[in-house]
Parts: sequence; structure tokens; C-alpha cells
Amino acid sequence: MFPRDTGLLVGKVLQGETRTLARVLSMVENGDPLSESIMHDIYDPARRSLTVGVTGPPGAGKSTLTCRLIGYWRGSGRKVGVIAVDPSSPFSGGALLGDRVRMQEHASDPGVFIRSMGSRGHLGGLAGSTRDALELLAAAGYDPVIVETVGVGQAEVEVASLADITLLVLVPGMGDEVQTMKAGIMEIGDIIVLNKADRQGIDQLESSVMASLELLPEGSHRPPVVRCSSLTGDGIEELTGEMDGLLSGILDRDSLVRRRTTLILESILREKGRHMAARVVEARFGSIERAVDLILDGKTTPYGIGVLLSEEHASKAGD
Amino acid sequence: MERRIRVLIGKPGLDGHDRGAKYIARALRDAGMEVVYTGIRQTPDAIASAAVQEDVDFVGLSLLSGAHNHLFPEVARLLREKGGDDIVLFGGGVIPEEDIPGLKEAGFRAIFAPGTSATEVVDFINREMQDRV
Ligand SMILES: Nc1nc2c(ncn2[C@@H]2O[C@H](COP(=O)(O)OP(=O)(O)O)[C@@H](O)[C@H]2O)c(=O)[nH]1
Ligand SMILES: [Mg+2]
Repeated sequence: MFPRDTGLLVGKVLQGETRTLARVLSMVENGDPLSESIMHDIYDPARRSLTVGVTGPPGAGKSTLTCRLIGYWRGSGRKVGVIAVDPSSPFSGGALLGDRVRMQEHASDPGVFIRSMGSRGHLGGLAGSTRDALELLAAAGYDPVIVETVGVGQAEVEVASLADITLLVLVPGMGDEVQTMKAGIMEIGDIIVLNKADRQGIDQLESSVMASLELLPEGSHRPPVVRCSSLTGDGIEELTGEMDGLLSGILDRDSLVRRRTTLILESILREKGRHMAARVVEARFGSIERAVDLILDGKTTPYGIGVLLSEEHASKAGD
Repeated sequence: MERRIRVLIGKPGLDGHDRGAKYIARALRDAGMEVVYTGIRQTPDAIASAAVQEDVDFVGLSLLSGAHNHLFPEVARLLREKGGDDIVLFGGGVIPEEDIPGLKEAGFRAIFAPGTSATEVVDFINREMQDRV
């Protein structure tokens, strides 16, 4: 059995002990009751370690790009952490986590720690466990820590925005999608990466991206756009140069520490808020399904339950 | 708490046939497990390191090239060395009957013959998990 002593586990994570780090990551993913106090002890908003989000549609080359980035930072002797999130099957809850296949060349490098995670589909769970995994790897001395998430939906945006900087990876053939993409999604990218630049259609992609950035409101952040091929390596130097510029610019700002703290607190409030509200509903009605039954029977409405939650909250606050 | 069984499927050695490994990986996913697939031609060290980082409950190795008597025990040894001694090992591929006792001795809990149905592997994993708790 692994020891369940918080102090001991925290100490070993901070020393960068791999086996313990891996086990604590599982505790966080599984919602182990000890995990919150471990995170409490480990959390350091002023950590020097930087985090980088890599997000984009499936097959865009995110893992291949991540492999290149690992190589770049290993070249300067930094220990690199990676969290690669793949979707869990909505039917079985299982997941096939294949991102490592593209990162094989770093598989036996002790300076690289790669962890694959299934999204597990529970509300807010993905954001919660990736958030904590980033902090754990950073605390264990990995710098930077890269988080790869699939897609451009709400959950992925939430995850990607937890990182200090985020790369949005797009590929040829996505021109139409880019045009219909919500402005907010373009804005989460601190850098927009046009990957597979060795392929046809890269010029059209670039024009669509430029056109949609033009539409952003005056004065809003316009991310740099970089072409590269993660397959051949062309353009990777320009990309890492652009990233280093951004990263060195944010590191010494108080605003980085404040931003990280705000994002984490908001993320925890969302998680707890959902959790507590669900508990009240369960205590009162047995389950969400039972509450729906009552609503359908005309006994109450979703708004009635909202009022109930507010009253419950007010009576607690008055105690 | 939402605990999921985690399994790493690895292919050590030089053969490039991963159809069997992928078939098992998909079947385990469909049985609700999280399956880390590492790809072909992995060194024992790469597989053992990945297994520890991924904190898997099981490591399944597939090999058709005939080097199992060397590579399988090597993975087992490296896993122990890296602190992954509680990870359950199993193997599959083209493995002669007479080699099985030696591999079991080296720490493999099961060796599956080619053409084993995925259900057998799923059942094995579920049985092992029950014995654990
Ligand atoms: N032609 C070309 N193919 C690439 C490039 N980057 C990745 N790929 C290929 O695209 C496929 C998907 O890559 P992967 O990194 O797994 O994508 P992910 O799903 O976004 O992580 C693989 O076959 C890669 O070899 C690139 O820059 N050019
Ligand atoms: Mg990937």
C-alpha cells in the first residue's frame, strides 16, 4: 500500500520523486479526499514554473508539436512536464490515450514527465483535475509544463485558459471553420499556430485567420500568427522565439501571479458551487432525476429550486 | 471517488505489427478502462518509465518477434527498479508453451496466446482488481 500521509506525499512531490508524483496525480483525478489538502500545501501562485496550453481540433498535430517543444526546452536543460488530455468514451467511460505515440523520442528521458488523462466527462471535472495536475508538475520542478487538450469547446477553452500562455493550433482545410468560430475562441490563443504548413491550403488558412482577427473589436488583443510544420520542423524556431518573448515578458509581472490566483479561485468556486447546489437538491429530493420528476408533475419548476437554493443559503448565512 | 482501471499497452522489440495490441487496447477502452498506448518498438526502459509516470494498474506487452524471453523479464525488472512493483504484468503474442513458466516466474501473471478473445483479457483484469481490494 502507498502511504496516505499528506506531509510525506507533499515532501516527495516537492523533491520531484516520480512514483509519488504519479500517484498523487491519480488521487487528484479520482477526487481522493486527501487531494485538497495536498493541493493546499503545494500551491504557490508565485512559482517560477510556466505553463503552456496547446489546444486545437483532433489531428491538428498538437502531440507532434508538443514533442518538438519538449525537444526545444530539453535542449536548454529544462525539465519538461506534459499533461495530454484525450476524450473519454461517453458510452463506456473508458479512453484510448495515444498521445505518447507521438512523443516516443522522449520516452526514456528522465527529464521529461508525460501523463495522459481521460476527460472523464463529469461536469467541471476535467478543468479541476488538469488545473491541479499543472500545479503538481510545476511544484515537482517541471518548467515548463505543457497541457494538450482536444477541441475548441467550452471545457477545453476553460482548461487551456488556465495555462500561462495558450497556443491555438489550426490546420489547412479549416478556413470555413475559422470563419464561423466564435471570436472568444480565437482570443484564447496567445499565439495562433498554423501547423502543417508543408501542406496545400496553408495560404487560404492564413487569409481566413487574418480576416477573422480583423473582425475583433478595436483595442482587443491580436495574437501573433505563426506558420510551422511539426513534421519537418520548419518554422518551429520562429514559434519558440515568439513563445520565449511572451513568456519572458509575463514572468516578472505581478499581474501573472494575480491572474493565476484569480483563475484558480474562480475555477474552484465554480466546482464547489455546482457541488454544493447538487448536494442541497439531493438532500431535499433524493436525486436530480427525482427533482425532474417533481417538476414534470407540476410540483415545482427549475426556478422554484433556484429559490430554494437561495433560501437555504440565506438561512445558513444567518446562523 | 471516481476510480478507473488504467492499463498500459506496450510493444517492445522490433516487430512493427500492432494490430493485435490495438485490438486489445480498444476492447479494454470499451470495457470502461483508460488505456495508455505507447506505440511500436519501445525499449523496456521507455515502457517501464511510462508505466510509472502514468500510474497504471496493469502493463500488457505484445510481441511477435520472439525476443520475449529477454524483453519481458527486462520490463519486469525495470518496473521493480522504478518502484512499480505493484503493477500487474501480462503478455501476449507468439509465445511457445514451454516459455510460459519462465515468464510467470519473472512476474507475468498471464500470457495470452494469439487469437485470445478480448473478453478473456477483460475478465483477467477484473479478477485481478477484485483480488487487490
Ligand atoms: N504533413 C504534416 N503532418 C503533420 C504535421 N504535424 C502533425 N502531422 C501528422 O498529423 C497526424 C496527427 O498528429 P497528432 O500530433 O497526433 O495530432 P493531435 O491529435 O492534434 O495530437 C499525425 O499523422 C502526424 O504525423 C505537420 O506539420 N505536417
Ligand atoms: Mg494528441
